[in-house]
Amino acid sequence: MSSLKYRTIKDKTFFYVTCFLASLTVVPLFAIIWELIKKGYKQINWNFFTESAPSTLDAMLARNTGDIIPGGIANGITGTLLMVVLAAIIAIPIGILVGIHLSEHPKTKFSYITRFLTDLIQGSPSIVIGIIAYAWIVKPIGSYSALAGSVALSIMMLPLIVRSTEETLKMLPGSLKEAGLALGASYTSVILKVLLPAAFGGLFTGILLAISRVMGETAPLMLTALGSTTINWDIVKPTSAVPLLIWEFYNDPNLIDMIWSSSLFLLILILSLNIIAKQIAKKWRIQ
Amino acid sequence: MVITNPILQLKDVSISYTPGKNAVESVSADIAEKQITAIMGPSGCGKSTLLRAINRMHELYPDIKTTGEILLNGKNILKTNPMEVRRMAGMVFQRPNPFPTMSIYDNVIAGYKLNGISLPKREKDELVEQSLKNVGLWDEVKDSLFKKGTFLSGGQQQRLCIARALSLKPQVLLMDEPTSALDPIATNRIEELLLDLKKEFTIMIVTHNMSQAARISDYSMFMYLGNLIEYDETQKMFTNPSDKRTEEYLTGQFG
Ligand SMILES: Nc1ncnc2c1ncn2[C@@H]1O[C@H](COP(=O)(O)OP(=O)(O)OP(=O)(O)O)[C@@H](O)[C@H]1O
Ligand SMILES: [Mg+2]
Repeated sequence: MSSLKYRTIKDKTFFYVTCFLASLTVVPLFAIIWELIKKGYKQINWNFFTESAPSTLDAMLARNTGDIIPGGIANGITGTLLMVVLAAIIAIPIGILVGIHLSEHPKTKFSYITRFLTDLIQGSPSIVIGIIAYAWIVKPIGSYSALAGSVALSIMMLPLIVRSTEETLKMLPGSLKEAGLALGASYTSVILKVLLPAAFGGLFTGILLAISRVMGETAPLMLTALGSTTINWDIVKPTSAVPLLIWEFYNDPNLIDMIWSSSLFLLILILSLNIIAKQIAKKWRIQ
Repeated sequence: MVITNPILQLKDVSISYTPGKNAVESVSADIAEKQITAIMGPSGCGKSTLLRAINRMHELYPDIKTTGEILLNGKNILKTNPMEVRRMAGMVFQRPNPFPTMSIYDNVIAGYKLNGISLPKREKDELVEQSLKNVGLWDEVKDSLFKKGTFLSGGQQQRLCIARALSLKPQVLLMDEPTSALDPIATNRIEELLLDLKKEFTIMIVTHNMSQAARISDYSMFMYLGNLIEYDETQKMFTNPSDKRTEEYLTGQFG
């Protein structure tokens, strides 16, 4: 009898301990958000989105008079937009095609090797991928550029898109493919007109997650895009990005206050993308 | 039994999933044009395997080997381009499988869309209306042609799939237990539909339902362990089967 009671207590204790630890894991997230809002919200106004980062001098003057630092992160926002879009344009078609190949020919040696290599890319430190993009693009062109940054980001996006395409296509019932082929359609048109549209939700989720994954990358961009004090839309010129700006702000005592608002912006952007992606995945699964 | 002017001829057809083990063992049979031929037999006897060989579905799976000859209008389909074969021999599957991303309208003309054949709008409209009327679905869906086909009931979906196959005007319609996922009322409608369709099309239907075979088919095959045991006019087979195993199956002693 006493041993039964002991075991019940043990079970309950275990339950509460796991609950406690689970809630501990979300504490940092809320602490970060709270800290960022508290220190960053004042900075976020219209200029924050339309103006480039201020010079050290302007920031120092504002600090001396006790004003908020002028300027914004428009050069970072546009740079991030430019590079992420370009990276997506590079990575999406390649990733989807490779994913199709893996799901259509799952057991060939070629597929095993491809899967292994995409896993390796996914496990590679992002700085190493930055070095590769530096060697491939920055060196030959002779200048840091948005293009080089995009190539680095696209390499990081690839494994995520490949895998989500493969997994999504594998989940489609075989009857769908048979239905298409039974109508005399070619293999290619069944894939393009039947399977891919049916897998759209899953592919879209994967792409959004891949984008949100690379949006906050800093290290590979330091070696490739470098940064820029003005808005730049030229893909062969050095370009800024929000995470690069955060790093620059951190290194400048006059600008350091800007890290809170920029981080808040980046965090909200990435969290929103994640939430949207999860939402799409959920909706799509019910079908 | 002799079938004059068969549209489809199976000659010594053997099919294996694993080498040395035939799931269908040298089946030979002539199929009558514009008639319904039922394929019966206990589970696992090779009915689906045989039917799927006729529109070359087996080619999707490299391990499956088909030997022998299948002649459609005298031409060996095993030596014809599979895409051409599949357009001539339409297939309806056991589970309704409309394309989930397409509207009812697009589902009906999916065969054309997927084959990259673009028809003038008027012709498309006519084809959709005609095919849906053929399967008795027109009145039920004519106001929701642009809704997704997956919103329909199971029976309606199956009729949509039949319409999809018919819109390509195939010569032979192959059906693998098309009513096994449907309730009696929906089953009944499809049976009536098949009797109607045989004026224009040759139909081969796999069924587990003996009374269904008796009701709608003109000819019946009985298969057992991959072999075609008996093939005769349905009337004859149900009243006076010549093989003991057929009789046992038809009287419910196995299967
Ligand atoms: N994909 C497959 N791989 C290996 N063997 C298979 C495969 N599909 C079917 N078989 C085998 O082939 C034989 C015939 O199967 P088939 O599906 O043609 O039977 P069936 O008569 O249609 O049965 P049912 O009435 O249950 O649908 C069976 O012995 C089965 O085990
Ligand atoms: Mg079967």
